[in-house]
Amino acid sequence: MHELSIVQSVVTTVTEAMAERGVVRVQSVRLRVGALSGVVEGALQFGYEIATEGTIMEGSRLEVVALPVVIYCGTCSSLAELEGVQSFRCPTCGTPSGDIRQGRELEIESVEIEEAA
Amino acid sequence: MSTARIVELRKGVLKKNDELAAGLRTRFEDAGVLALNLVSSPGTGKTAFLERTLRQLRMVGERPAALVGDLETDNDARRLAVSGAPVRQINTHGRCHLEAEMIGHHLEGWRLDDYDYLFIENVGNLVCPSSYDLGEAIRIALLSVTEGEDKPLKYPSIFNSADIAIITKIDLAEVCEFDRELACNNLREIRPDIAIFETSAKTGAGFPEWLSFLVGEKERKQAAGVVSP
Repeated sequence: MHELSIVQSVVTTVTEAMAERGVVRVQSVRLRVGALSGVVEGALQFGYEIATEGTIMEGSRLEVVALPVVIYCGTCSSLAELEGVQSFRCPTCGTPSGDIRQGRELEIESVEIEEAA
Repeated sequence: MSTARIVELRKGVLKKNDELAAGLRTRFEDAGVLALNLVSSPGTGKTAFLERTLRQLRMVGERPAALVGDLETDNDARRLAVSGAPVRQINTHGRCHLEAEMIGHHLEGWRLDDYDYLFIENVGNLVCPSSYDLGEAIRIALLSVTEGEDKPLKYPSIFNSADIAIITKIDLAEVCEFDRELACNNLREIRPDIAIFETSAKTGAGFPEWLSFLVGEKERKQAAGVVSP
């Protein structure tokens, strides 16, 4: 259960980035979470409420954009999206691939803010 | 009056850790140190595996060092220190994984040029350590024959991020009715190009292959690097 440390990093990054923008309040934060990032949305949501308490993010919403794994298949010379994380084979030709192009992301995409006009 | 708008941030949540890890990686490369991050469940036998690895490397004149992470106690560091290699314990006091900052902190006072290998034994956990880069060149996931062949399928994030899989306690394979082929197939299903070593820290089985791989990797790394010892 390292999701609490993950959301604490989110809170630190967002509050620091917003500090100089005259931000009154953060309304929502959008996170991109890859299927191989090792974090679980439920645990993130649970930790988010605790970690945002007493900050400009208190009461804000956490939106999680789940990203599937995308591999590069050398045989097909193309990218392929995988349905799950139980098999790393090209869904078209079945060739195994260790060339992961998407799925490890754990990043803050955007923040919806309210600022003084 | 206030207005709402969306601000693009595009920032990695673990950016700070990733930056520290990148700094460590450069330091290891400059010093010609092969850094390895060992992850597994509690009880897989990381410490026994490492004890034998350190001892045998030293017997052939190699210069390993180790950092060992645990929530509490310095039991593992004391076990590993018997090998004669420099060892330091990292206590995370409840944290379920090691972070790059802890590695940097615990390397203080060590001259990296004095070592060929730095083994980092992570906290026993197959979930959380997968997100944290420690600056290692090689990530090793260990699983024991007592844990079942489907471990890689249950913890795909960590096994997919591993360069090497070590199957431990291979001397117990028969009693546990461990299906080697199935385990290896499962590993390759999750990480097709993974290198697999079957070992026993008790009997020494698989260690000649493992040690010769290590020495080869170190030599390759030092030949490619700027500095050699």
